[in-house]
Amino acid sequence: MIQDYASQIHRCFRCGYCKFPTDYSSINCPSYRRFRFESYSTGGRLWLTYAWLKNEIEWSEHLANILYACTTCKNCVEQCPMKFSTDIVDWIVGARSDMVEKGRIPPQVARFFEAVHGYGNPLKLLRSDRAAWADGTKKYEPGDEYLFYVGCLGSYDENGQRMAKSLADLLSAAGVSFGILGNEEECCGNEVYMLGEMGLFQTLAEKNNQQFKDLSVRNIVTLSPHAYNTMKTNYPQFGADFADYHYTVYHYTQLLYGLIKENKIRLANNKAKVTYQDPCFLGRYNQIYDEPRQILQSIPGIELIEMERNREDSFCCGGGSGNFIMDLLAGGKDSPSRVRVREAHDTGAEVLAVACPSCLTMFTDAIKAEDLDDKLVVKDISQIVNESLASK
Amino acid sequence: MLELKFDKTKCADCKAVSCLVKCQYMDFDRDKAKVEWQKVINGEDSVVLHDCVTCYSCEEYCPFGNHPFYLIVERQEEKGILPAPRPITTMSINQCQPIGRFTVGKVEEKAMSFCFLPQFTLLAGGKLFEEIAWSSIFGQEFFCNAMYLHFARMSVIKDRLPKIIENIAKQGIKELICLHDECYGTFTSLAPAYGIEIPFKPIHYYEYLYDKLKQLKDEIQPLNVKVAYFRNCSARLIPETDHFVDDIFGLIGVDRVKREYDHENALCCAETIRMSKGPELADDVQKRNLDDMLKAGVEYCVFNCPACWDSLVEKVVRTGIKPIHMIDLCKLAIGEEQALKPPEPALEV
Amino acid sequence: MSDIYEALQTIVGKDYVSNQAEERYFYGRDPGLMPPHEPDYVVMPRTTEEVQEIVRLANKEKVAVVPKGAGLSLTGLVIPQIGGIVLDMKRMEGMEVNEPARYVIVEGGVTHAALKSHLIKHYPHLRHSIPDSPPIATVVANAVIHGQGRLTQQRGFNSDMVSGLEVVLPTGEVCRIGSCAVSSYWFSKGPPMPDLSGLFLGWFGTTGVITRLGMKLYPCKKMRDVMTYITDRVELVPDIIRKLAHTEMMEDIVVSCAPLPLRFKGVFSMLVYITGDTDEELEFKRKMAWDTLREYFDSRDGGFMSVSPYMKPALLAMPSKDTTRFADVSKGGGFEYSGPIAPIEKYPQYVKKLEELALKYNLFYSSAGRVIDGGHSMMFSFSYTFNRADPDTMNRAKTALDEAAEFALDEGGVIWKPNINEQRMVMERMDPNTLKLLGKIKQLLDPNGIMNPGNWEAK
Repeated sequence: MIQDYASQIHRCFRCGYCKFPTDYSSINCPSYRRFRFESYSTGGRLWLTYAWLKNEIEWSEHLANILYACTTCKNCVEQCPMKFSTDIVDWIVGARSDMVEKGRIPPQVARFFEAVHGYGNPLKLLRSDRAAWADGTKKYEPGDEYLFYVGCLGSYDENGQRMAKSLADLLSAAGVSFGILGNEEECCGNEVYMLGEMGLFQTLAEKNNQQFKDLSVRNIVTLSPHAYNTMKTNYPQFGADFADYHYTVYHYTQLLYGLIKENKIRLANNKAKVTYQDPCFLGRYNQIYDEPRQILQSIPGIELIEMERNREDSFCCGGGSGNFIMDLLAGGKDSPSRVRVREAHDTGAEVLAVACPSCLTMFTDAIKAEDLDDKLVVKDISQIVNESLASK
Repeated sequence: MLELKFDKTKCADCKAVSCLVKCQYMDFDRDKAKVEWQKVINGEDSVVLHDCVTCYSCEEYCPFGNHPFYLIVERQEEKGILPAPRPITTMSINQCQPIGRFTVGKVEEKAMSFCFLPQFTLLAGGKLFEEIAWSSIFGQEFFCNAMYLHFARMSVIKDRLPKIIENIAKQGIKELICLHDECYGTFTSLAPAYGIEIPFKPIHYYEYLYDKLKQLKDEIQPLNVKVAYFRNCSARLIPETDHFVDDIFGLIGVDRVKREYDHENALCCAETIRMSKGPELADDVQKRNLDDMLKAGVEYCVFNCPACWDSLVEKVVRTGIKPIHMIDLCKLAIGEEQALKPPEPALEV
Repeated sequence: MSDIYEALQTIVGKDYVSNQAEERYFYGRDPGLMPPHEPDYVVMPRTTEEVQEIVRLANKEKVAVVPKGAGLSLTGLVIPQIGGIVLDMKRMEGMEVNEPARYVIVEGGVTHAALKSHLIKHYPHLRHSIPDSPPIATVVANAVIHGQGRLTQQRGFNSDMVSGLEVVLPTGEVCRIGSCAVSSYWFSKGPPMPDLSGLFLGWFGTTGVITRLGMKLYPCKKMRDVMTYITDRVELVPDIIRKLAHTEMMEDIVVSCAPLPLRFKGVFSMLVYITGDTDEELEFKRKMAWDTLREYFDSRDGGFMSVSPYMKPALLAMPSKDTTRFADVSKGGGFEYSGPIAPIEKYPQYVKKLEELALKYNLFYSSAGRVIDGGHSMMFSFSYTFNRADPDTMNRAKTALDEAAEFALDEGGVIWKPNINEQRMVMERMDPNTLKLLGKIKQLLDPNGIMNPGNWEAK
C-alpha cells in the first residue's frame, strides 16, 4: 500500500470534501483549521507531494512541515467520496517514509526518532524511569491474564502517569489478573510508523512481539488507542517467527465495560455533566464508539452530552502523528486542541472525558490556554470510573 | 433454438381456463377466456397480450403446468408489444448484462447464490449460514434473468440463461442454494419449460433454512408473532415451495395470519405494474395489500424477495407494521439481529 | 517585492500571508486543464477594511489582485495570469440571516457548506440554491460565475437570487449595490433603482472584490423526493423538459447521459425533484409529473423508473457527491466540463456533438444538463475525464472542450464560466458595441488593470 502511493497520489481532485465532517457544519481537518492555507488541507498535501515527486517543486522545510502537520486523524478517509479514500493516510505515510529515507524531515521529527531510538520513548527520558509512576504495580508474569501495556505517554507524561495509575488501581480493584513490563517496556511505535520511519518501526514491532512471545502473553490491554491501533493493525504483519503466536489486543475501555457489565466494578452516584472526545485511533481507525459511552452512562448521576462533532465526525485533539510532542499545530486560538475545548465547554459540560493520553495531555494544556480552568476539567474515563467507585 | 414446451392440446381440453378466469387484473368469464386464449395460442392479437400486468400468477393457476405466462411473454415479444416502456426495457437489459466481472467466495460443491442482489450479502450471515458462509456467488454472470419476463424479453433469457448455468457449473457447484426465490423458479420451472438442463441441484433457501432450523432447534425461542406473508411474483412459478413457509413458521412460533391477499389470491409488490401500467393501478394494488395486512392486525410483514422489499419497505413502515425478510425472521428466532433494515428516511432538504 | 510582502503582513498579520513556493504552487493551479501561473503572494484577509488596504496597495504597486473562493470553476478563473496577489477570501466567514425578509448576508468566504448547515440548524424552513460543486465552494464566487443549483429550475441562475452586494472597487472604495445602498434591508440587488449588480456579477473579479453578498432564501419544505424518467429518444427530451417545467411543480430537473455504467447506455435519464410539506403535496406533484408525460408513457417512448429507497439518499444529497466522483472514473483525478447555457431545443444536437468528440478524442464522457428558470434555457455539460498523470489525456480533453465551446457558440449557446480562451471566443462574437461597453466599464472601474488581469480582456 505504501509503495503504491506514488502511482496513485495524482488521483486527488482537491474537491475539499475531506475538510468537513458529515454535516458540513465546520472545518474538521486539524491542520487546515489551524493554518487555513489550502496547502495544509489533504488536497493541498497530496498535490504538493505529487509535485515533489515530479520535481515540480523542491523539498523545503515548509513542504516537510506541511506534510508532517497532518495528524493522520483519518477525517479525510472518512469523508473523501472517491474509491481511493481508504488509502489516503497510507499515501501520506508513504510520502513521509520517502522523505525519511532521503533524510529530508523537519528537525522536530528527526529528534522524535532519535529519542525513540536512543531512549525508547519520544520524550527523551531515561528507560530506568519508565516505571517510576508504577508505585508497586506488579510486573507481568507468564500466566497473568492481561499484559497492561502502558506506553510512553502513560509512563512519562505527567497527565499520562495519572491515567496509568488510575487504570492500574481500577484493574486491581476489579480483581483482574494483570502485570506491566515496567522498565522493559518498549515504545509501541505507532507514531514512528505514522511519521514514516519504517525501519525503526519494524525494529520496535519485532522487539515487542518477541518480548510478548517470550512471556507467553495472550491478552494485551493498552492505555492508549495509539498502541491499540498499531498492535492490532500493523504488528501481525511482522515476522515469520510469530506466525504461530497470537495475542488479542484490547483498549482499556473495552475491558472496563466488560467489568462493569459483570459487576466486578460497582459504581456509585457521581453527578456531573460530561462530554466525550472520540479519539481518532479508537473511533475512526477502529470503530470503537460505544463502549466508552456505555461506561459513562453506567455511572449514576452522569449526564452525557455529545459535542456536535462526535463519533466518526470527532475533531482531532491535534496530538496525533507525534504532535503530542512535536506540537506542529500549536500556537493561537486556531490550534485544534483549543478549538475542541471551546466546543466541549459550549456543550455546558463540566468534564471533558477522554480515552487517550494524547487527548488528555493536549486538552489539559488547551484548557489552560483558553482560561477555562475553573469551568472545564479533562479526565480520562478510568479516572472518572475510579472516582465513582462504590465504597467497599 | 430453444422452444417453449407448450402443449396446445392441454388447453384444448381445458374446461376451466383458470389461467385467465382467475386473473386478478383482467375480467374474463369462461367463454370469453376460451376465445381470447385461443387467440394467444394461435399467435393472434389479443387483449390478453396488452393488458397482462406480468404478475406471473397464471403459471400457478394452470393445473396442467402448461406455462400460459411464458406463452404470453413469447407472444408479446413476437408482436413487439412492450409491457414496460422501451427505454426502461433497454436499461434493465443493459444493467444485468454479463461483463466478465463477478464475485465468488471460497466456492465449494454446496454454494449459495446471491444472484445479482447485494442485499443477500447482508442477509446471509450468522449461525444459519455458518457452514457455507464463504461459499457464495454474486454478479451479472450468475443472474437468473427471469426478470425479463416482465419486459417481454424471453429472447434475452434464452440467450443468457445457458451461459449463466454454465458459469455456475464451472464453479464446481453441485448444490446451489438459491437465496433469490426467482433463481429457484428459473432453474426448476423456466429452464425445464425450454428443455434447458440444469447440471446442479437447485435448493430453495426455504428448504435450507428449514433444515438448518431443525438442527438448531434447541436454540429457537418461539417468536409468538402474527405476520403477513408477502408472496412475490416468482413464488407463482414454484408453488410447491409454499409449504416451507408454514413449516418454518411452525418451528419458530410465527402465525401466518389468514388474510385475503395470500396464497393463490396474493397481490404482488406492483412496482413493475407501476412501470408498465402507471401509478393508479400500482397504488391501488399496494393499498389493498397493506390495508389487508392492517386489518389482519399483524406485527410483521415477511418478505421473500429483496426487490419487493425495496418497493414496499417504506410504505410498510408507514403503516406501523415491521418489515422483515424471511432470513432475518429466522435469525430473530435464534437470538440474532435483523440485518436488512428499513432505510433511513431519505429526506435531504 | 519584499516591501509588498511586509505591507501585506502588516495588513492581515504574518500568519495569513505567504510567498512560499508551496502556496504559490498550489494557488497557481486549479483542478481543471488550464495551464498554471503562480502568484507572488497569497493573502487571507479577514475584513472589508483589510481588502481595501490590499487593493490600494496593489494599485500603488501596480500588482495584480485575484479574488478567490474555493477555486472550483475548473476553467482556471482564479489562476493569476500575471502573478500578483491571490486574495483567498476564506477568513471572511460572517453570516447574518434576515428571516422575515428571507435573505442572508454572507461575507466573501462563506461556503455553501457553512450556509447549508447554518440554515438547517437555525432556520430549517429556509433554504438556498445549492450547486453540485463540492461544498467548500463559496456562495459569493458561485454567484459571481453565475452558478446554478437546486433552485435554478424554479428561480434562475444563482446570481439571479442575489439580493445585494458590498464591493471593494478596484480603486479601493467600498460600494453598496442594491437596496442596501439606500436601506438597511438587502432585499434587492437592483430594482427599483438602476441595477448596478450587473457591473460585478459574471465579471470574475475584474471589476472589484465582493466582500459581502445578499442571497435570497426560499421555503424549505419538510419532504423531498426524486423521480427518474427515462427515454431513449433524444429528440423527445426538449418536449419532456417543457412539459415538466410547465407544471410549475418541479424543484430541479437534471438530464443525464453517459455510455457507462452499462445501464445508462442508449438512454437519457431525467432526475425530477419534488418537494412538499405533506404526503398529499408530494403525491399530487408525482401525479402531475406522470400525467404531463402520459403521452410518451402510452407510446412506450418514456417512463418513470422506480428508484430503490437505498439509492435515494445519494440522489437527494445536496451537493451531489456523484458529480465529484466523476473525476476518478479514469482513476486520474480529473475531469473538466464545458457547460454552455443552451437553448433546450438544441439538446439533441449537443448530445450528438458530445458523443462525436468523445469518439474523436477517445475520451470517457458524460453529460448532465440542468434546466434553468422554468425552461428558458439549460446548462448542457460536455464532461470529459482525464488522467492527471497522463498529459496526453489532458491534451485530448482540452482539445475536445475547445471544440465543444466553439460548437456551442455556433448553435446559439453562450459559454458558462468561460476560461480565458473561451472568453475571447465569446468576445469575438459579441456585438461590437457591447464589447466596447464591456471595455469601457473595465477601464472606468479598474484604470490600472490590476483586477484578475487576462479575464474579459477585449484585446
